[in-house]
Amino acid sequence: MSIWEYMQIYGARLASGTAITCAQFVLAALIAIVVALLAGLGKLSQNWLIRGTSVVYIEIFRGTSLLVQLYWIFFVLPLFGITLPKFVAGFVSVGLNVGSYGAELVRGAIQSVPKGQWEAAYALSMSPAKRMRRIILPQAIGIMLPPWGNLLIELLKGTALVSLISVADLMFQAKQINASTFLSAQSFGIALVIYYILARFFITPFMRRMERAMARRLGKA
Amino acid sequence: MDMSAYPLELPEGDRPMVRFMNVTKSYGKLVVLDQLNLDISEGEMVSVIGPSGSGKTTVLRMLMTLETINGGVIYVDGKPLTHMPKNGTLVPADEKYLRRMRASIGMCFQHFNLFPHMTALQNCMEGPVQVLGLSKAEARARSEELLTMVGMIDKKDQHPSRLSGGQQQRVAIARALAMRPKVMLFDEVTSALDPEVIGEVTNVIRKLVTEHNLTMLMVTHQMGFARDISDRVCFFFGGKIEEQGPPDELFGNPQRDRTKQFLSAVKDAD
Repeated sequence: MSIWEYMQIYGARLASGTAITCAQFVLAALIAIVVALLAGLGKLSQNWLIRGTSVVYIEIFRGTSLLVQLYWIFFVLPLFGITLPKFVAGFVSVGLNVGSYGAELVRGAIQSVPKGQWEAAYALSMSPAKRMRRIILPQAIGIMLPPWGNLLIELLKGTALVSLISVADLMFQAKQINASTFLSAQSFGIALVIYYILARFFITPFMRRMERAMARRLGKA
Repeated sequence: MDMSAYPLELPEGDRPMVRFMNVTKSYGKLVVLDQLNLDISEGEMVSVIGPSGSGKTTVLRMLMTLETINGGVIYVDGKPLTHMPKNGTLVPADEKYLRRMRASIGMCFQHFNLFPHMTALQNCMEGPVQVLGLSKAEARARSEELLTMVGMIDKKDQHPSRLSGGQQQRVAIARALAMRPKVMLFDEVTSALDPEVIGEVTNVIRKLVTEHNLTMLMVTHQMGFARDISDRVCFFFGGKIEEQGPPDELFGNPQRDRTKQFLSAVKDAD
């Protein structure tokens, strides 16, 4: 079967899988960003309870396998009375997992804003919250954007695991088609290409644009 | 520590703008400042000179509350700076009290520390809008007036990365002044500058001295400038004021050996 015939028959299913993958990516990325900010700031908090909670979250989600976390959230949480639909369990797991790596990026970026900036904001008598929000975070975001680009690509690739709890994403569709046709090269080859295109021609250019916008804000562009 | 020796507030008639009363600062066993007593009256310009490690920058940073103190009390305009009155005695101040006191003190740093994500004008407006609660229009008017005073009004929409060191430092002075501080601190503000632009910054400070009744404390390595504009010069050595006096006396006829040594060493370097 030529690749064109293949696409005529299975293209629609792969396209719907890609749409699900994109949705999983966007929702997981939102969770990852919010959680990374909270845990990154939390790890720098003076309050031991907040700091402790952040450390525990980061240690658990960074130190164990994403696949195991996914199974926990989908198969084990229901035993404690928390049942999530598979679509939700999918992006929540991926988001929480990547967020734990992101938290370290946030913490590192905040700590690498020069000390003089803290002191200048302090000398203007700004409150700790304003200091963080108005002076430190805007600069920290500029510092952490490039590594976040990497992390978001990791996140996209991580979403392939949600196929294992039967979320009908791109990987799930490719596996189904393969199972019924044994056209492995076409099925997984096209999935490979689509993941690459999403990462290389959507995420990377988007992050570049963000970096340029940030440079403009610093008057450097 | 027994705080009963320290008044809750300085009495009328004995109320310098700044008073250091037995102030001690140490890092572990290293004593940086030892029982410092220093008064600065309203409108006075005091320069602090001395070898590095003598504690002179620490004096400024304590006044900005960037450093904690280990003993004694600092009073600003009669009120304790890092302590607050509670049940008839002085206790360590809380964050809110500190922030209110801090607002009466402005500081310029050796490395300017302008906010890189804001234009010159936004840098100046940040404090008045975010801390003093001024409207944007009021803050803008105040900031533009100050940027005019420091000669930076035509660069008001530039980011710091587009400005030279001297220009950045002038914006930093305007930013600190926009808070209308009672006391201004200058921490080696010309040390990071190229020699040819030092003049543009010292001229601004000179203007402040002659045209404004601002209390100022300046740490500097520029002896000529200190001699020129100060009302008083303090020579720090080993965490103590070794000698102080009017600039012509201290530079022209130093009494202590250490002062003489330091001044002649600095002269040789020039």
